[in-house]
Amino acid sequence: PDCPCKVGTAPLYRNSLCAQTHSQEQGLDLEPPVRMEEEMEEREVEERVVEIEHPLPCLSESDTQGIIKGRDLFGYVGIEAVLDQMRRKTMKAGFEFNIMVVGQSGLGKSTLVNTLFKSKVSRKSCTPNYEEKISKTVHLQSVSHVIEEKGVKMKLTVIDTPGFGDQINNENCWEPIVKYVNEQYEKYLKEELNVNRKRRIPDTRVHCCVYFLPATGHWLRPIDVEFMRRLGKIVSIVPVIAKADTLTLEERLEFKQRIRQDLQANGIRVYPQKEYDEDAEDRILNDKIRENIPFAVVGTDKEHQVNGNKVLGRKTKWGIIEVENVAHCEFAHLRDLLIRSHLQDLKDVTHNIHYEAYRVKRLNESNANGLALSPLILENGTLEKSDAESHH
Amino acid sequence: YLKDLNYTILTCDFQDKQYVGFATLPNQVHRKSVKKGFDFTLMVAGESGLGKSTLVNSLFLTDLYKDRKLLNAEERINQTVEITKHTVDIEEKGVKLKLTIVDTPGFGDAVNNNECWRPITDYIDQQFEQYFRDESGLNRKNILDNRVHCCLYFIPPFGHGLRPVDVEFMKALHEKVNIIPLISKADCLTPNEVKKLKDRVRDEIERFGIKVYQFPECDSDEEEEFKQMDKELKECTPFAVIGSNTVVEARGQRVRGRLYPWGIVEVENQSHCDFVKLRNMLIRSHMHDLKDVTCDVHYENYRAHCIQEMTSKLAQDNRTDSPLPLLPLPTPDVETERLIKMKDEEMCAIDFYIVIRTLVLFY
Repeated sequence: PDCPCKVGTAPLYRNSLCAQTHSQEQGLDLEPPVRMEEEMEEREVEERVVEIEHPLPCLSESDTQGIIKGRDLFGYVGIEAVLDQMRRKTMKAGFEFNIMVVGQSGLGKSTLVNTLFKSKVSRKSCTPNYEEKISKTVHLQSVSHVIEEKGVKMKLTVIDTPGFGDQINNENCWEPIVKYVNEQYEKYLKEELNVNRKRRIPDTRVHCCVYFLPATGHWLRPIDVEFMRRLGKIVSIVPVIAKADTLTLEERLEFKQRIRQDLQANGIRVYPQKEYDEDAEDRILNDKIRENIPFAVVGTDKEHQVNGNKVLGRKTKWGIIEVENVAHCEFAHLRDLLIRSHLQDLKDVTHNIHYEAYRVKRLNESNANGLALSPLILENGTLEKSDAESHH
Repeated sequence: YLKDLNYTILTCDFQDKQYVGFATLPNQVHRKSVKKGFDFTLMVAGESGLGKSTLVNSLFLTDLYKDRKLLNAEERINQTVEITKHTVDIEEKGVKLKLTIVDTPGFGDAVNNNECWRPITDYIDQQFEQYFRDESGLNRKNILDNRVHCCLYFIPPFGHGLRPVDVEFMKALHEKVNIIPLISKADCLTPNEVKKLKDRVRDEIERFGIKVYQFPECDSDEEEEFKQMDKELKECTPFAVIGSNTVVEARGQRVRGRLYPWGIVEVENQSHCDFVKLRNMLIRSHMHDLKDVTCDVHYENYRAHCIQEMTSKLAQDNRTDSPLPLLPLPTPDVETERLIKMKDEEMCAIDFYIVIRTLVLFY
């Protein structure tokens, strides 16, 4: 403490020896050691010796409140390299994304999916003997592709639902879809409970369900309400107004407003759900989205020349509807939402909220019944009545 | 409007219409991780006086041991091996790291050190068990991960290689935690001596079948520079380290170091010791892998073993209300106690039991 270099008073070095003393005893002529300057900030050192203004928060075992800021450290630890390590790893492993499209025949579901991913990924494009006829029952078909962009690989699975809403009597046409969604949760749960689990559990859960509303301009139809009410509880629904080139801008705005009212009146929660906003930043962003859904979209795979540029569009006698022009339709907004900004969030909501809810229910059921956990029957396709009830 | 809200980082590259845009995925994940932050638990083990505390302070530029009182020999006669935890939150460039250092004072200090690693293996198992319970429970929202991601084991530089206690300790732990052996206080060795000691230690590690942490292989498509660095790193193990809490003036710069009459040892000088290599490996290049190996290998082994034990016991007993054979929980520290109050303690045990029964019935 008596040493002129004052190193001893610096909190960091209180317990360490003062090098100065040693050197003086030995007769070496060394200059007094000075606290190492932190790389980030420039501090003007007037004297050789600097008193520390902000004593380092030294923590005892139970005190976990102090946060040591980067600028208080003498030097640089380099922890943000962890982000790079993580990024490397996720890039190598690739991503999975499962999107379901639901809506009546002819609403442009396949075309829209192809337009979104700029490749022929829909079932329609991939089935060799595809015939455009209405199927007698609702069945689900999924098609997977691996697409790559700028070094990022994505395994995209599109689940189509032909037959939905196409029959004369459409009662319970949502049941096969509910069953499918729950089956994927069940598969994941089984794998997660396994004794020897895979490092990366294959994820077939539906991350997003795009529901196609016909551009009637009026209100939601009963089938829309029924479907979204049930599915909204187990999967993230993104409703879109399909074939929106039959609505003028005013009609579109009014239609959207009515739909939003309808959704609220029926207690239907669509993505992004308000209660899952993590923080203020998310809330602001998502509020803006919520004010504008459902997006009015037009899809196409044909290109035309407009002002010397090649654009995706639909050519009519009265003009060309440019799909990616936000003044014409909201396809670009839908694409940004689904892919460019909220894709990871869709997956997170599915995993952290919908899947967890399913898991809790299943585990409680199995214990309450005292029965062996009888998985939803995957083979013969019949849905147990009690499960159907409990998923409402 | 999405662009208006500071999402240019996500969309700016994609003004070009030919892109779908999912290449922003890593950025989306990145943004979430930055918000959430990371955590890392590091254990240091070795006899007293090998420079563990100093090294930890040097690595993370902290002073976690400020008010420590060093025990004298007499006080140490009756000391048992303790486990102590220090937690500190570090933030750099917006990235938050919650670092927990688990120390093991008393290890190897007694006259009779039989099984002195037992409290340490018990501690590691307890963290695994806690995580297993939490992960299997019904409310998985805020699971605290206290599992030990890495154990730095300090080998004294004075001997001729591994001593029996070193071998036994590492063998007791190598299947529970990532062990990184270090040659401590390397400033008492000449470069030749360091090399001989490293070769000897590497030999003995292989001979005794000790599974220390292995660096993952480089991808074939990595840059040459990276591959070269990786190769050098691997050939340098076990790292010979020196730590310091003092700052000295050397070659016109102020550096962390140790001042001797015969010269100045600079901690961050790569020709003096492997401190920089250790720090780079631990923090800047392999922290994530250490966590992954802990989760995917050590923890999974523990879990599989635990389940098998429980299922066989349940099958034997054939009673539905048999108590689960679990390790006694450690005395909760302040933080754990708070969490236990938040969750209903009884509820916890029942949740866990539900899952185990489910597992049994599945298989």
